[in-house]
Amino acid sequence: MPVYNEKVMDHFMNPRNVGEIDNADGVGEVGNPVCGDMMTFYIKVKDNHISDVKYKTFGCGAAIAVSSMVSEMAKGKTLEEAKKITPALVAKQLKGLPSNKYHCSNLGAQALNKAIDNYQKEHSKAAKSKKGGKK
Amino acid sequence: MREVYLDHVATTPVLPEVLEAMLPYFRDAYGNVQSLHNWGDKAREAVEEARGKVASLIGGEAEEIIFTASGTESNNFALKGLAMARQSKGKHIVVSAIEHFSVLHSAKTLEKWGFEVTEVPVDKYGLVDPDKVARSLRKDTILVSIMHANSEVGTVEPIKEIAGAVKKSGAIFHTDAVATTGTIPVDVKEMGVDALSLAGNQFYGPKGAGALWLKKGVRIIPFLDGGVQEGGKRAGTEDVPAIAGLGKAAEIAKAGMAARAKRLSPLRDKLLAGLPKSIEHVIVTGHPTRRLPGNASFCVEFIEGEAMLMLLNSKGIAVSSGSACTSRALKASHVLIAMGLPHEIAQGSLLFSFGLDSSVEDVDYVLETMPPIVDRLRQMSPLYSKFLKEQKGGKK
Repeated sequence: MPVYNEKVMDHFMNPRNVGEIDNADGVGEVGNPVCGDMMTFYIKVKDNHISDVKYKTFGCGAAIAVSSMVSEMAKGKTLEEAKKITPALVAKQLKGLPSNKYHCSNLGAQALNKAIDNYQKEHSKAAKSKKGGKK
Repeated sequence: MREVYLDHVATTPVLPEVLEAMLPYFRDAYGNVQSLHNWGDKAREAVEEARGKVASLIGGEAEEIIFTASGTESNNFALKGLAMARQSKGKHIVVSAIEHFSVLHSAKTLEKWGFEVTEVPVDKYGLVDPDKVARSLRKDTILVSIMHANSEVGTVEPIKEIAGAVKKSGAIFHTDAVATTGTIPVDVKEMGVDALSLAGNQFYGPKGAGALWLKKGVRIIPFLDGGVQEGGKRAGTEDVPAIAGLGKAAEIAKAGMAARAKRLSPLRDKLLAGLPKSIEHVIVTGHPTRRLPGNASFCVEFIEGEAMLMLLNSKGIAVSSGSACTSRALKASHVLIAMGLPHEIAQGSLLFSFGLDSSVEDVDYVLETMPPIVDRLRQMSPLYSKFLKEQKGGKK
């Protein structure tokens, strides 16, 4: 029996949305090479929606499949909706991950969340300074 | 699709002659070795014939061979059985940092049982320094276990020199020769060892067939208590077909030893030279010359081993990796880390192991298949884009 199911294999063999966004509105990086997986997520935000999402991933088959799935789940969602993407949901969408790989799925959602946080922080800073400028 | 099996380190296939030698002991001569009738006689003959062949492969005596069910069992038996038999003389044990887990984890268990273990480090090639072993020896050192070769990086250890250093101390010297027996010459007298582990599925014999060679006069505590099988040292009904297969594999290995290395080394050398040439940032792991004839091991920078392994598998190529992701424990290979490789590089470990069924076309196929796979994974690697940016920055 193969280690990964068909859905995971599909996302590993044909990962969606791979890449970087040059002028990303938010960037989130998680993981380190010691544990084996590293992911960087890039998002573009338009009218509070994730208009584009890309990522780069260093890691195993599951890590790549998870990144791909997270990018599909996030695209077009509002920031609030996207923040609700959890590792469990990602694993469910992938129809399950091997138990010892489950930690990989944590990273994808976490990296996306970090990218959103990064955007919101920058955005509120920008809004503040804009406000300040009006005074 | 082309199918290329380059994972002989995981297991070799069983030779047809070996299978033929096993079948009668399932079908007709199915007796129990311990039985006192004709059926028992036939089984006994098969086991004793195999014992002689295995002994002959390693230059030992037939009565010094104890059959086991795997290399792992042989190592467990040696470590625990020899330590327990000698504990009145001392409780200190020496192993190397790159031993197989069946040695390292046995040593851990012995620590829990009150023994003390020293791990001797290795250099960047995975070589154990005999002087370092000598310096680790104490008055209460009772057992030293250093492997003959490490299958993961192919490095062949200077066992004779290490054994010489240990002999002076009076400690018992065991070597895990699972990676070498049947592949390169192994001679227990020439090496000067007291105990040696071997496994059949590393040289075209069946899985579930191993042996521990124990020099006459060396005491060991039985591994399995029960009947009188294997001189009372390893009880349990003998697996006659497996033992017969192991014997046949040993006989064939002995006759073809020189030809084996001659056949494997050019394939290994072609890949060792070719891969770093066709792909940038590929590191050869292990020793450049003191190397198993079928082992070509690498670390491919900026990407991870399991992903490479899976993409190679999709192209019909079967290999191994020592990356954290490929291990069930999710830890990078202790061998590569002991050799001083940083984790992110160890993660890119890839091991090609050739066998008698390998060909130069297989190497060509690997050399043609690898670059696009590496390229594809690097294109999605944050480590690689970081590296490219840094390189660009440096050039400015």
